[in-house]
Amino acid sequence: MDTTRSIIIIGSGPAGLTAALYAARANLRPLLIEGVEAGGQLMLTTMVDNFPGHRDGILGPELMAEMRAQAERFGSEIVQGNVTAVDLAARPIVVRTAEAEYTTRALIVATGASAKLLGLHAERTLMGRGVSTCATCDGYFFRGHDIAVVGGGDSAMEEAVFLTRFADKVTLVHRRETLRASKIMQDKARANPKIAWLLDTEVADIQDNGTGEVTAMVVRNNKSGETTTVPVTGVFVAIGHHPNTGLFKGQLEMDANGYISTHDGSKTSVEGVFACGDVQDHVYRQAITAAGSGCMAALDAERYLER
Amino acid sequence: MAAENVQTFTDGNFEDSVIKAGQPVLVDFWAEWCGPCKRLAPTVDALASDYAGKVTVGKLNVDDNPNTAVKFQIRGIPALLLFKGGQVVESVVGAAPKEDLKKAIDKHI
Repeated sequence: MDTTRSIIIIGSGPAGLTAALYAARANLRPLLIEGVEAGGQLMLTTMVDNFPGHRDGILGPELMAEMRAQAERFGSEIVQGNVTAVDLAARPIVVRTAEAEYTTRALIVATGASAKLLGLHAERTLMGRGVSTCATCDGYFFRGHDIAVVGGGDSAMEEAVFLTRFADKVTLVHRRETLRASKIMQDKARANPKIAWLLDTEVADIQDNGTGEVTAMVVRNNKSGETTTVPVTGVFVAIGHHPNTGLFKGQLEMDANGYISTHDGSKTSVEGVFACGDVQDHVYRQAITAAGSGCMAALDAERYLER
Repeated sequence: MAAENVQTFTDGNFEDSVIKAGQPVLVDFWAEWCGPCKRLAPTVDALASDYAGKVTVGKLNVDDNPNTAVKFQIRGIPALLLFKGGQVVESVVGAAPKEDLKKAIDKHI
């Protein structure tokens, strides 16, 4: 396999795969590097009803499988690898994984965003033992249990509703009074009799009572300051995502939250480097906007390579 | 579907194949509905080849074998547990990169 490329794409969510599709059809022979979270955030969801073109909705993993197959059909080369370092000042640009080193004239960053954690010590020690960031993976273990979902966005609503298939009771904990989820998702959650609500509330601690598995959460009401211990055997954290930009610190301009700054479409602060998807979008963060920006990045890269 | 080096563990054979095994055993707890588990599968296949003769590598489907999952307090998958002398010496939850898993295994062989 040729490690000297015209274009490398890091990331395999809707943004990366759409960029690969367009770059492949432009005969740029793109190389796409997919990491452990291959397929991106849609791999962890069930039915996707808001990606246009699917009147009956489509399962997240299925949609990603379709995108991947489509990108490959036109000649995208996809390799598994964990990118450990990049050198964006070098010409050509250098991209290193644990297994190989590549050079490229143009680079498209589509590394997306990963689940944010609450930051509690107990969250880390009890991860996989009652604390989870993947409802579709772990809901099964909580059949007949009382559990909690933390968050106020669409993901939290979807996870809470999904988990009612297994749990007896799902308590939704959100630190503000108003939810930021879309109206339709809020209505869906509110209509579900198995979902209880703790708004204006934050999770202060997660307890295991010495058992090594979650037994309760301690919550604090932000208005009254009152803390309560709520018995739950699972805490699903769905409070949002942070952009995967650690690799580019000091090399690409970013905003205060780590989102890559883009201008004139997908251009970054470095010539020849383009960004698309959630890694540079903290406003919309939809699969369709990610896919759209992936197309833009490929077209911008193509124009750059043609100069 | 799994590589030839990868064993299949069950509630029935766990005691003999894992707890009483002579060499370390890496157990991948997975399920059909779990996307990240499938993402990890090729890595587990690769580890089986890399460590053939030194570490036994196998998978346990938690759907078909609920008892073992409960016994080891597995409430999140994918979960990779490294057993040595019948004890859990390493535990990794979530799809981790191959290098991280190798580091965890290398500590014990």
